Amino acid sequence: MTDLTHLTIADALKSLTAKEITATELTQAHIDKPDIYNAYITKTSEQALEQAKESDARYQNGTAKALDGIPLGIKDLFCTKGVRTTAASKILENFVPPYESTVTQKLLESGSVFLGKTNLDEFGMGSSNTNSAYGKVINPWRSSTTPNIEYVPGGSSGGSATIVASGLAMGATGTDTGGSIRQPAGFCGIVGIKPTYGRCSRYGVIAYASSLDQAGVFARTVEDSALLLHAIAGHDPKDSTSATQPLPDFTKSLTGDIRGLKVGIPKEYRLKDMPEEIQKIWDQGAEWLKSAGAEIIDISLPHTKSALAAYYIIAPAEASSNLARYDGVRYGLRVEGKDLDDTYAKTRGAGFGDEVKRRIMTGTYVLSAGYYDAYYKKAQKVRRLIRDDFVSAYEQCDVILTPTSPSGAFPIGEKEDDPIKMYLNDVFTVPINIAGLPGISVPAGLDTKGLPLGLQLIGKAWDEETLFRTADIIEKAADFKGLTLNIRQAA
Amino acid sequence: MDQQTVARVAALARLDLHDAQKKMLETQLTDIIGFVEQLSEINTDNITPLSSVVDSELPLRKDEVTDGQKKEDVLANNPEENEDFYVVTKIIE
Repeated sequence: MTDLTHLTIADALKSLTAKEITATELTQAHIDKPDIYNAYITKTSEQALEQAKESDARYQNGTAKALDGIPLGIKDLFCTKGVRTTAASKILENFVPPYESTVTQKLLESGSVFLGKTNLDEFGMGSSNTNSAYGKVINPWRSSTTPNIEYVPGGSSGGSATIVASGLAMGATGTDTGGSIRQPAGFCGIVGIKPTYGRCSRYGVIAYASSLDQAGVFARTVEDSALLLHAIAGHDPKDSTSATQPLPDFTKSLTGDIRGLKVGIPKEYRLKDMPEEIQKIWDQGAEWLKSAGAEIIDISLPHTKSALAAYYIIAPAEASSNLARYDGVRYGLRVEGKDLDDTYAKTRGAGFGDEVKRRIMTGTYVLSAGYYDAYYKKAQKVRRLIRDDFVSAYEQCDVILTPTSPSGAFPIGEKEDDPIKMYLNDVFTVPINIAGLPGISVPAGLDTKGLPLGLQLIGKAWDEETLFRTADIIEKAADFKGLTLNIRQAA
Repeated sequence: MDQQTVARVAALARLDLHDAQKKMLETQLTDIIGFVEQLSEINTDNITPLSSVVDSELPLRKDEVTDGQKKEDVLANNPEENEDFYVVTKIIE
């Protein structure tokens, strides 16, 4: 019998419709797999089995919906009604939202089953998933050359990437402010897409940097990611930045035909000290697309180098403002002080982790009197230059191909004491958030340690369809074997 | 970035920091600010700041009540409840 935890979503839907399997069997198979990676913060197995039962009833009476019975994980940054939502922070340890985020509401309405809330870097701040008050997440991949070393799954959505890569769930939600979906997808050998800013509602998503935050999904195939993104996207009056753009059926974009497609290769992404294996996989990706009939075009994005610096002003500035709400008065942790101000400071001092404190401090500093123009306003001007770079590039090409990250997964503990080194991990993903564009990471091969490497495709605003169409070609050419390779299993 | 600046910013951000944290932040914030300083090399004369990538104007809606009667929901996560009020340390002496 096929292992139910190895199915794709598309195949599972067929089997469910044909009544070859039940949603309860499918859900139970995923619940039974032990989480040896610390990927979940909260498991909701009981609720999942109830949802699966309802789903089975719908398959019986012919009212099944788009994702009926598909077991998913939800990044613990999405508010889920009646289910604890922590943002991986101590400050929200006991927070039980009285409302549902729009993204998870849409998934519930599509009939999917929620297995639990996944681990992340606190408030989405990090690239390693080591910044969690609920413990670090371990990358499910075992290196072939250094099998005893534990690697990071990437971040911030490390838990979501891990459960999908290891077969603990069929898909998962994520959020991406500077690479938090694409980088962990790359490190874990799965597909991760961050759509255009405004494609998905931010309502009920705990805010980090509101002008950059965007929800997206993880899956093991491009087709599955298209199915999931279609389910969560669309206009929502509860989010004033959510777009009224028409929502195409993304699965229809997997035509297998990219003849004449113009693929841009930005020269600024060719870093001086980039490992050879990254350059190799990037060249390989371009070759695959060329063989399928695409035209490869050299392009320039002159302000690429400045994107990371602009990001580390804009994101902390917005974070320092967004996180001001955690004051211990109306919800969350409270540590009593001698007066109200002291209560605020003690609560926040005890409730936030080191990276969150670092970003609040950076943000407060760059916004403080006398520095606003020099840092924040300057960064916003550079943001326009970066956006304009992409606008010009898309006069020459339809889609841009880059590596997802400048390296594969790194050992847990590495870069911990050097924030700048950690930040440099996001050098290829951050510009896309700055410009508000859609980006997808597709697994393309393995590095010399036997760990996955991803390729990133960057699209024009609202053109996720070209991303899916192109990613599908890379997926077929790479023929990447995820689950059946070197995944850590419970003893 | 010196100790005094770290203390001033921490006070602005209402963050209670241990001495060890302050010391670490002094070094790390120096690095981070040093890193973002590179933007000063870029010519941004006559460039308008871009605060949002959303091109359309923010939509307006009628100012009307669309929900309510949610007292229990609103108070559900209250750290210290007393007869439907939030309780905090005494503010006025």
